[in-house]
Amino acid sequence: MTLLELKGVSLSFAGSKVLDAVDFDVPAGRIVSLIGPNGAGKTSLFNCITGFYKPQQGSIRFDGTEMLKLKPHRVTQLGIARTFQNVRLFREMTVLENVMSGMHCRTSSGVIDAILRLPLQRREEAEIRAVAEECLSFVGITGGWDREATTLPYGWQRRVEIARALATKPRLLLLDEPAAGLTSGEKEDLIGLIRRIRNERDICVLLIEHDTGLVMRLSERISVLDHGVMIAEGTPKEIQANQRVIEAYLGVEEDAFDL
Amino acid sequence: MADFPERPSAWGGLAVLLDTPQKRYAAIAVILVAMAVAPYVFGSYGTVILTNALLYVLLALGLNIVVGYAGLLDLGFAAFFAVGAYTVGITTLHFGLNFWLALPLAILLAIIAGIVIGAPTLRLRSDYLAIVTLGFGEIVRITARNLRETGGASGLIGIDSPWLFGWHIRTPLDFYYVFCVLAILGVIASVRLANSRLGRAWLYVRHDEDAAEAMGINRVKVKLAAYVVGAIYGSIGGAFFAANLGAISPESFSFRQSVLILMAVILGGMGKIPGVILGAFIVILAPELLRDFGDLRLLIFAVGLLLIMLFRPSGIWPARSKSR
Repeated sequence: MTLLELKGVSLSFAGSKVLDAVDFDVPAGRIVSLIGPNGAGKTSLFNCITGFYKPQQGSIRFDGTEMLKLKPHRVTQLGIARTFQNVRLFREMTVLENVMSGMHCRTSSGVIDAILRLPLQRREEAEIRAVAEECLSFVGITGGWDREATTLPYGWQRRVEIARALATKPRLLLLDEPAAGLTSGEKEDLIGLIRRIRNERDICVLLIEHDTGLVMRLSERISVLDHGVMIAEGTPKEIQANQRVIEAYLGVEEDAFDL
Repeated sequence: MADFPERPSAWGGLAVLLDTPQKRYAAIAVILVAMAVAPYVFGSYGTVILTNALLYVLLALGLNIVVGYAGLLDLGFAAFFAVGAYTVGITTLHFGLNFWLALPLAILLAIIAGIVIGAPTLRLRSDYLAIVTLGFGEIVRITARNLRETGGASGLIGIDSPWLFGWHIRTPLDFYYVFCVLAILGVIASVRLANSRLGRAWLYVRHDEDAAEAMGINRVKVKLAAYVVGAIYGSIGGAFFAANLGAISPESFSFRQSVLILMAVILGGMGKIPGVILGAFIVILAPELLRDFGDLRLLIFAVGLLLIMLFRPSGIWPARSKSR
């Protein structure tokens, strides 16, 4: 079954094509990687899926629902969560408060509930807290929840960001270069964490990553984007053997002709 | 008060100082007693000034939700203050409405005004929003100046003072206590909002709109909520202001008024409730205390403000304690 289905997605900024008629499927329950050289349009594709960019053409269907016209918060509400390439935790707020933000779209208490401390508000506050604590424990952060999130070591901040995304209770998790800047030990932990996210929480994972070793070990399917065009799709083995992919990465022939 | 230790931000570090319930109750008791006896210590003129300071506490708390919590620069806050005051003035004078019926109407109109102004403009970046709110503030004042119903430039006079369960709220001392209660309720509501789902959402949106959207937070809706809550504070302040003075004129709701309220928020420390209260008192009391300096009064006040902003750019009240 296909969870996320992109058809003919085209995006251009001021005349320059960033994505050109991209077709892309993410099957349910899989760990899928999106790779490609720098500037291939991977993050742009993420931004299209999550509603931050509006493609001029195409369709993006998530579990049968058309997402193209939806605002980012609606996309999250429907079950797609994301992390950012450069970690974007909320400054001056604690680790726990950061993760609690994920539960906003799963709760509803408003001004009057808050001022009068109505039962709905108390129940939701307890629930928000419990979910945030569970997500933090899940990613392996068991203490220091009262610390300001941006004072944590970088590798921890990445995990807090994943916990925050998990707190939105997604069905599809988009990770934008989750291994960037991590030590090799932390990368091992990350591989374990992503597998647990899929296996234990039944969340489909789509990641952009430059660390080829990690991608090959972790992914069940890989899609390759180059200059806004999807040039290959397959298992890690197939991708490794694909001539177009090798060319895109090494750029041998093209560059030779350009010169 | 169970949420005390969780969020020192709203309390600006007071939670560290008042770490046990006993200390907290003692502090609250001292403040309540001080509020109760203050009129007898400072005399009748002092009571009027204190009442005005408490009104500013209420207004500054409201603006603090907009500016301090949600990070929206609002230069026309006096407009909501005017909406409250004129609603009470017009409905009680022209339609003979009871004050307690006029009050919810004033709140309702402030909510409508907040949505009408906020909905189209809250998509704008902060500096553009400042210009739009500045314009809105002037529109309300100039409208009040030119309509027959609002009494034109001379305003409305003879607004009845309200009755509450057989108590005719009419002397300055009565109104002092009424404003004490309003300020206390304002503080409680502010603290509870800061500790809520919505209060956190204001901070998320203020710190990083995109990340907040990615977490499923509708930033326009959340900002609008802050704007409307601020409007309600302003309107309630205006309603009681009108009842207290019995007379209102457009000049009570000028740009200067908006700036004064904004100054209270920024001076004490945006987002920090004790700071905002302190700021409101400084803005009202400082010119009074400097009265002996005659013509130099405003100059000294201005220099003082500049010095505070130079040496404590994030407000007088200390920042959130980082030791935790």
